[in-house]
Amino acid sequence: MSGESVLEVKNLRTSFFTDDGEVAAVDDIDFYINKGEILGVVGESGCGKSVTSLSIMGLVPSPPGKIVGGEILYKGEDLTKASEKRMRQIRGNDITMIFQEPMTSLNPLFTIGNQIMETIRLHNKWNKQQVKERAIEILQMVGLPRAEELLNEYPHQLSGGMRQRVMIAMAMVCNPQLLIADEPTTALDVTIQAQILKLMKKLNHDYQTAIMMITHDLGVVAEVCQRVVVMYAGKVVEEGDIATIYKSPKHPYTVGLIKSVPDMRKKVDRLYSIPGNVPKPGSIKEGCRFAARCEHAFDRCFTETPELYQTGEGQKVRCFLYEQQGGVSK
Amino acid sequence: MTKPILQVENVKKYFPITGGILGKKIGDMKAVDGVSFHVNEGETLGIVGESGCGKSTTGRMLLRLIEPTEGTILFDNRDLRALPKKEMRKVRRHIQMIFQDPYASLNPRHTVEKILEEPLIVHGIGNEAERKKKVSDMLEVVGLTSYHARRYPHQFSGGQRQRIGIARALMTNPKLIIADEPVSALDVSIQSQVLNLLKDLQKEFQLTYIFIAHDLGVVRHISDRVGVMYKGRMVELADAEKIYQNPLHPYTQQLLAAVPIPDPEYYQADEQAAIQFGTLPSKYVIDDSWMNIDSERDDLIEVAPGHFVACRLK
Repeated sequence: MSGESVLEVKNLRTSFFTDDGEVAAVDDIDFYINKGEILGVVGESGCGKSVTSLSIMGLVPSPPGKIVGGEILYKGEDLTKASEKRMRQIRGNDITMIFQEPMTSLNPLFTIGNQIMETIRLHNKWNKQQVKERAIEILQMVGLPRAEELLNEYPHQLSGGMRQRVMIAMAMVCNPQLLIADEPTTALDVTIQAQILKLMKKLNHDYQTAIMMITHDLGVVAEVCQRVVVMYAGKVVEEGDIATIYKSPKHPYTVGLIKSVPDMRKKVDRLYSIPGNVPKPGSIKEGCRFAARCEHAFDRCFTETPELYQTGEGQKVRCFLYEQQGGVSK
Repeated sequence: MTKPILQVENVKKYFPITGGILGKKIGDMKAVDGVSFHVNEGETLGIVGESGCGKSTTGRMLLRLIEPTEGTILFDNRDLRALPKKEMRKVRRHIQMIFQDPYASLNPRHTVEKILEEPLIVHGIGNEAERKKKVSDMLEVVGLTSYHARRYPHQFSGGQRQRIGIARALMTNPKLIIADEPVSALDVSIQSQVLNLLKDLQKEFQLTYIFIAHDLGVVRHISDRVGVMYKGRMVELADAEKIYQNPLHPYTQQLLAAVPIPDPEYYQADEQAAIQFGTLPSKYVIDDSWMNIDSERDDLIEVAPGHFVACRLK
């Protein structure tokens, strides 16, 4: 698996140092992304999925945030130790990112062309004409009509869906190895969401760009991803390929999460719901993070943190219930 | 049981578009352009549509929080638009609203007790002791405890705040509740808790809901009937089952096709075909050619009992 993986995260810990002490937003997580695959990262607010992506990009606001442990290996190179100069080469060229809010991630004072061409110029030594041609080409590639005119337009002149396409164009312009998409369709309408997801699948298919898709929507994951990592309160609680996870989820949290989503295709009288509230980051210090909301919890869950146990082909679960079935994965 | 509690006929809201240095009116923005429907007592009418389709404006017009430009709104056989402001305020006791953002809709400077008590004071219901009793009772009903009454909104999580918003709407014993995207700001595991709560409350207090949302899965789960809005008009209105199993309007069909299904198997068949032919799955292709013919004015036509569609094609 490490042979073909484009990114490997090992024992990553990212903490925020506040007046109330250290808050571990991401607490010892491991996962990998293979070349050309779409990996889903699912979790609720505060589970650390966005902090994970910012850690990979080296964009954790510091202070108060800091990567306090672990490795992020991009093709064998540890990004946590890379210099700021090296990170600047990697960002936008090898690893790129798109965000939830296409409104706020484009600069309203510069034209679309200006912003796209800036990225190209930073990473290539091309002349003006080549840069412009590439910009037009990339806008056409993401399915935007009248690409040449768009170069001279400002973000406010575009709709939300078009802005997200521009963001994807900017992210794809240097043929990155990995595209991190942090809730790329959450702010969009469903019909526009379908178009953007379709575009991302197409780009993944055509250019073999690996995509890390961070989302809270299990429907989106089922539609585009091949593998999924489920996070809860700063920990990976389950990992596996989507067919297995959706068909036989193992961790009580994953089970509950899948059951609580209303499926449009059938009517149920009463939805399953996980009792309790989503914990605040860093509020649970010991034991399984999910124990307080778990119907299967026993004494040990509150005092000891379970490992990720291998339960089957490519499926890992952080739960004592599966300790006997598999043995420790690490 | 099938007595309509609310009848809405041809309601319109045009916002003026102004221009020039004098700010003269140069046109109309037709936010809601002739919407008609009724809601029966004890049922849930879901209203779905994408952003800007006029679903929230419609919800607000029912309470006259936005004054309609045209049309009639009959609540309990009273024409709400004909009522003077003072009378309207009294009617609002029976029609309450739950808002989307539980962070913005609760006053951060008031304790939960004060927030919940306020509707009672406004409508002059009960003395102080009765009001306090009702507050603690209502907190229990929505799954909180009277212990929470002295706290401030910021001390609660999103789901708990939405419970407070629901409790506030229930304080005056309303008949009709308009819920505008009540669960879309909540996490998945909390969303289902709140949906179940809304269903339980409906049974307990014989409530009628108008449930405005963009999430089609949620709407199917909670609604008896569903209306689909597009560009200020209602394009299809029918029983939830009919809408989801046999959508007739092309917009409804596309809206349903665009919703991601939380089941990988649903996509697998498509995936196989894609690999074989080297093309992309057909489910991703959206035909929006009909969307350009929005100048077409079609009224809702009953094509099957209780199934209304606004489209010349059908």
